Amino acid sequence: MNWLLDLTPDEWNAVRLSIKVATVAMLASLPPGVAIALLLARGQFWGKTLLNGLVHLPLVLPPVVTGYLLLLTFGKRGPAGAFLAEHFGIVFSFRWTGASLACGVMGFPLMVRAIRLSIEAVDRKMEAAAGTLGANPAWVFSTITLPLILPGLIAGAILSFAKAMGEFGATITFVSNIPGETQTLPSAIYTFTQVPGGDEGALRLTLISIVISMAALVASEVLARRVGRRMDIE
Amino acid sequence: MSVLVDISHRLGDFAIDARFESAGRLTALFGPSGSGKTTLINMIAGLIRPDKGCIEIDGRVLVDTGAGIFVPRHKRRIGMVFQDARLFPHMSVMSNLRYGRWFTPAAERYADMDSVVELLGIGPLLGRRPAKLSGGEKQRVAIGRALLASPRLLLMDEPLASLDEARKAEILPYIERLRDETKIPIVYVSHSVAEVARLASDVVMLAQGKVTASGPTEAVMQRLDLLPAEERGEGGAVLDTKVLRHDETFGMTVLGSAAGEIRVPRLAMKPGAPVRIRIRARDVMIATEKPTGLSALNILPGTIVAISPGEGATVEIGIDCNGATVLARITEQSRQVLKLRLGGKVFAVVKTVSFDRANTGAGLPLEVDG
Repeated sequence: MNWLLDLTPDEWNAVRLSIKVATVAMLASLPPGVAIALLLARGQFWGKTLLNGLVHLPLVLPPVVTGYLLLLTFGKRGPAGAFLAEHFGIVFSFRWTGASLACGVMGFPLMVRAIRLSIEAVDRKMEAAAGTLGANPAWVFSTITLPLILPGLIAGAILSFAKAMGEFGATITFVSNIPGETQTLPSAIYTFTQVPGGDEGALRLTLISIVISMAALVASEVLARRVGRRMDIE
Repeated sequence: MSVLVDISHRLGDFAIDARFESAGRLTALFGPSGSGKTTLINMIAGLIRPDKGCIEIDGRVLVDTGAGIFVPRHKRRIGMVFQDARLFPHMSVMSNLRYGRWFTPAAERYADMDSVVELLGIGPLLGRRPAKLSGGEKQRVAIGRALLASPRLLLMDEPLASLDEARKAEILPYIERLRDETKIPIVYVSHSVAEVARLASDVVMLAQGKVTASGPTEAVMQRLDLLPAEERGEGGAVLDTKVLRHDETFGMTVLGSAAGEIRVPRLAMKPGAPVRIRIRARDVMIATEKPTGLSALNILPGTIVAISPGEGATVEIGIDCNGATVLARITEQSRQVLKLRLGGKVFAVVKTVSFDRANTGAGLPLEVDG
């Protein structure tokens, strides 16, 4: 068993980095995820189909293509990348933040789908009732809508996290494979498989990958059940 | 306190064109399903924006399409009790009740938790979740929630329609207390003659999106011809009476009314208590001379003041009994045989057993024998 826990510093780095990248990707996608899901579930506007298609694009495009598009837009000389670097000091290219961006984008369609479904299931009559009690739309959203979609929100967040843990193609295309900076678990496993004698390391990281993903799934299950019980949905 | 509604609105093929004004304690919007009453109440609450018209509560303009005024629902301070309760499933009963309080300016909060909880008898429910309540309990909590927002006006959209008879009987007394013990005016939507006759001080009768009659309950309920077809059998005179005494030997209560004494099955009320009764037109017989050898106990002398054709082979006769009008539905054949005409002196005969819970409000748990 020793060989399993006896990770090299580089391997530890990959594990830590993966968790960090996936967590940031998930948290950062939540606000825009809820906003877009609301828009798609309830909005009536021109170009809704287009927006829907755009959101789902990362799901159907080859990850390498998504990664390359990110490189073009958010790279050092890309329009968005240059703007953000100049005005906010946020740099994506060849940084772990770029890995987070790539992972967030790849998991975004999954998150939006889950949240959108739960918003569509909300009984709008509840919101009308809250309105007659004096709650303005912002209060209605935060005290009625948000608690009612919490299970969907959790499901969406976990899906996004899991997707981020496994993301490989877009990340490696956008921010490359730099140990300690952008080398997440999948990239590290890939690197091991490319060198002679790397089998053991690859297997170790694979098992760790499985454990983290399973833990995330179980956590979401428990959380969703607790929320469900609190709401007494029969 | 007054409510003024004057709107026209189209919903697909259905057009509403209604105007009414009421200053009653409890105004019933009454009509068959599809007559537009729920749409009207939703407009007062601000849930539907009318195409054209205005809505004023106590002189405060809530909607005036001409002037471009539309006060959003959360600024109207109008409480609403929905047919389906709509309690928030993720909150306890207590949190549901407190919800509206947050949004009411402190200076305008007049409802206090303890008295509302006491009024509606919901003390034992406070810690529960809405999913664990019965239909009647949910409805009482929903009423409490609306009240605790200290509204200027309370709207009730068929609050009893989805409940069975036993649950209805459980809630009705609470609504009566609400009407009599709080100062808040109520607009109540219903399609049931029994509910309207028992609760309403004023009635606005609606059919196909139009107001067909409005005014005090006793007057409007005389218009049997305006009642929805399925409720016509329930139609009849509404009389306000007082409990005079109980007849313990035979288990009866004697009520005093303008028309004279009326004997009904024993009511659980103290002498002096007001009772509103409804005498169904189909339960009233007419005699041209004072009947003898008859089992019916209530024989009210009066004068015929109205004769109008009813449905099919029937006529509806209005009899003025010393200022109170009693309605009778008889066959055209009987009318001709008895030679009934306007101004004729007759006796209206009503069996004591034709009174029941539905038309006397009998057997209520709230009032105890004296």
